Amino acid sequence: MLMPEPDAAVIARRSAIATDLRRLCAAPDAVIESESERRPYESDGLTAYHALPLLVVLPSTTDEVSRVLAYCHDNALKVVPRGAGTSLSGGALPLEDGIIVGLSKFNRVLEIDFDNRCAVVQPGVTNLGITNAVQHAGFYYAPDPSSQIACSIGGNVAENSGGVHCLKYGLTTNNVLGIEMVLMDGTVLRLGGKHLDRSGYDLLGVMVGSEGLLGVVTEVTVRLLRKPTTARAMLVGFPSNESAGACVAAIIGAGIIPGGMEMMDKPAIRAVEDFVHAGYPLDVEALLIVELDGPPAEVDHLIGRVEQIARQCSAVSVRVSNSEEERLVFWAGRKAAFPAVGRISPDYYCVDPTIPRAKLPDVLKHMAELSKKYGLRVANVFHAGDGNLHPLILYDANKPGELERTEQFGADILKYCVEVGGCLSGEHGIGVEKRDLMGTTFNETDLEQQQRVKCAFDPDGLLNPGKMFPQLHRCAELSRLHVHHGQVRFPDLPRF
Amino acid sequence: MSRFRPTDEKQLVDIVAAAVAGEQPLEVVAGGSKRGLGRPLQLPHTLDVTGFSGIRQYEPEELVLTAGAATPLTEIERALTARRQMLAFEPGDWRAPLGSSATDQTLGGVIACNLAGPRRIRQGAARDHFLGVAAVSGRGEAFKAGGRVVKNVTGYDLCKLLAGSYGTLAVMTEVTVKVLPAPEATRSVVFVGLDDARAVAAMIHGLNSSHELSGAAHLPKVDGRARTALRVEGPAPSVEARSAALCGELKQFGAADILGDADSVKLWTAVRNVDPLAAGGRAIWRVSLAPTGAPAFLAAVRGALDIDYILDWGGGLVWLAVQGAQDGGAGPIRAALGGRGNATLVRAPLALRAAVPIFEPLPPAVAALTARVKDSFDPKRILNRGRLYPDM
Ligand SMILES: Cc1cc2nc3c(=O)[nH]c(=O)nc-3n(C[C@H](O)[C@H](O)[C@H](O)COP(=O)(O)OP(=O)(O)OC[C@H]3O[C@@H](n4cnc5c(N)ncnc54)[C@H](O)[C@@H]3O)c2cc1C
Repeated sequence: MLMPEPDAAVIARRSAIATDLRRLCAAPDAVIESESERRPYESDGLTAYHALPLLVVLPSTTDEVSRVLAYCHDNALKVVPRGAGTSLSGGALPLEDGIIVGLSKFNRVLEIDFDNRCAVVQPGVTNLGITNAVQHAGFYYAPDPSSQIACSIGGNVAENSGGVHCLKYGLTTNNVLGIEMVLMDGTVLRLGGKHLDRSGYDLLGVMVGSEGLLGVVTEVTVRLLRKPTTARAMLVGFPSNESAGACVAAIIGAGIIPGGMEMMDKPAIRAVEDFVHAGYPLDVEALLIVELDGPPAEVDHLIGRVEQIARQCSAVSVRVSNSEEERLVFWAGRKAAFPAVGRISPDYYCVDPTIPRAKLPDVLKHMAELSKKYGLRVANVFHAGDGNLHPLILYDANKPGELERTEQFGADILKYCVEVGGCLSGEHGIGVEKRDLMGTTFNETDLEQQQRVKCAFDPDGLLNPGKMFPQLHRCAELSRLHVHHGQVRFPDLPRF
Repeated sequence: MSRFRPTDEKQLVDIVAAAVAGEQPLEVVAGGSKRGLGRPLQLPHTLDVTGFSGIRQYEPEELVLTAGAATPLTEIERALTARRQMLAFEPGDWRAPLGSSATDQTLGGVIACNLAGPRRIRQGAARDHFLGVAAVSGRGEAFKAGGRVVKNVTGYDLCKLLAGSYGTLAVMTEVTVKVLPAPEATRSVVFVGLDDARAVAAMIHGLNSSHELSGAAHLPKVDGRARTALRVEGPAPSVEARSAALCGELKQFGAADILGDADSVKLWTAVRNVDPLAAGGRAIWRVSLAPTGAPAFLAAVRGALDIDYILDWGGGLVWLAVQGAQDGGAGPIRAALGGRGNATLVRAPLALRAAVPIFEPLPPAVAALTARVKDSFDPKRILNRGRLYPDM
């Protein structure tokens, strides 16, 4: 993966820059300069890539973030924002001549407002930390990425993270009401608040999912939801991926939106069962976990209907959880899918396309062929409700060439998913990982328009460069209009 | 003054490119139902986009629908109803309050104004259901963003910028939206005679219960009495159980009536279309704020102005009809709001619409960024110049 060439002159100024930055932040440990202490920041959840950052700064206040960014802006220094570093697409991958602005000191829940069903938190608070702060009163924050004990809400905003409940409850973008953010030149902005509708352009909407390229988020107002009174899960086994896929379509076609609907293929079931002993059936080709949540009357009613639909779709086994413990056991396997696969292989690589659900059998078949071609095993977990597929490619980074082959395999899967009407990333982001595949989805004009929006926020391109876009253009070049005055006329069209 | 009506993307690109070259702003119009919304325009040319109409692809099992941006909403809703699905954000039809004679509104128009009805509190607004777009920017370039799947983080979410941009960034030709199953049954639990503070308290109580309300509105004057309505939707056994439980849990607010399907639909359609305030020529405001702020806001406004009002979104949306104030009430309303939300002037006589800021004025830093975003799509400010803010 080609990153922008580090600027040796900047690297040579490391300690002078560190001295300047120390003056901008109150905490004595705010600037990390020593190599050993910079080391933990060298990669994020996409561990195949690493680079030692020039420096790491850990500001404690919005004011400090503003001063640090303004300083970097004035000195043409690149900045990479960082939350908890769990990005799976290399969004927080450092630059050797760039400064990491870490939000880990922004770890406070500022306000809980049950009457307006929202909470105001700092960006370094973990996703689960929000739920933990409100669950005593029966509330929770809905988007629940599997990384929720570690990942930060600021990172969730930057990646528009999802979770197993997002078909029914939405992604981050549907659950954030407001933010405070700092632009690269140090300008502090507040977008939204505790109210639902904002006026003017939805700048908050474009900030969510912008992968740290548009601004640094310093405060987040999230929506809180009341916890459903009941939740029951069903484990449904199928003789084929086709029948499982058909069942998913039939459930949704029947007007039922389950709280969660997850699918695993045979290799994933086996890996998981060996690891957590959740009691998953091993004689099936595909397993669905369907969770219904809500008022007991509704849940009981829908469980019956889903069971009926499953039988019609030739399910070979159906189990319904009868207690909260049992429900959690059903989920334990799915939630441990990544580590379970990690146990049977030295390394694994997670791919993240969304596909039209109807294409699932087709995509799995194609993937099996690719698996043979590359000589690499693959296990699939699937957010079946929303069509977000996570193939986990098993490899060994210590074998020469295997990582490259894995990446090629992953890229082939993504290209195929785009061909059948899907997209490159459902929730993990583009980052550096899928940057060079953006051309499979967007043409040059599409990408230029996106980059012009980037220019509106960060005209010098100093914030997280090298991520998301395969080619970097200068803003001056992008803003040029290719028209020749007087030569273009209104076309000869019927006028009224 | 010309009116252009392109029928394909190529023609549209040519028109916009020519407008850019000649620096001739265009007013973008589809159904025309919302021409009365936003700052009044007087632009040299009209760009009629009704040529981009028709459902292109509708896959109920995938929960997505793709259509030409100018597809009439009734056509969309007919197709969805046939498969027992819906646009969950429940866009209002404001033709009556706006005094519009348009035959229909269009899907693209609803998205461009980011409409949302009572279900906003549970399902979000148009923005939350807007998955993908093909459009021509104010640079005269055709581009696309988003996609056709319900979960997608590939690139910036430009759909969010276009939703609520009132056609000032790009001309949408094709849009993809997320659709959802329509509820099997609906019940409304209605309390009578509550004042603003008690009504908001009752709605908060309901919204904070576990009964998954999909509507919470307060109509202070229906046949002379206040009505506070809480809506539940879902399978029949579920709505029966939840509406009964709500009556019990909220009995401190008095005895409640439970409305069935037909009466519920009538009530919530009236709320979503602002029917109670439509009559007369009064200025109509739409105010989005934190729900608990509504009673104090209303008290402050009432001190200064002669108003009628209704509350939606559990108090988070205040509709005001203002009688007789010179500025339509802009001064007292925005002062009472104090920046904690925003007030939009939805209806007013032309002169007033030209005189007061229709949309909540932005803080300087946000205004500057807004202008840069506008210029990133439309540097010559060709599309609907002046619709949102003067000169923009
Ligand atoms: C085991 C595992 C499971 C996962 N499961 C899921 C899942 O189910 N669903 C899902 O969606 N994701 C999942 N992820 C991915 C990851 O956890 C999310 O993308 C998460 O939101 C990243 O948060 P973070 O705080 O770790 O951000 P980081 O990794 O630190 O940063 C991610 C990006 O956000 C930017 N950023 C971070 N903080 C800020 C800020 N305050 N302001 C501006 N930009 C900022 C960074 O520059 C970077 O581009 C998983 C990851 C792992 C390792």
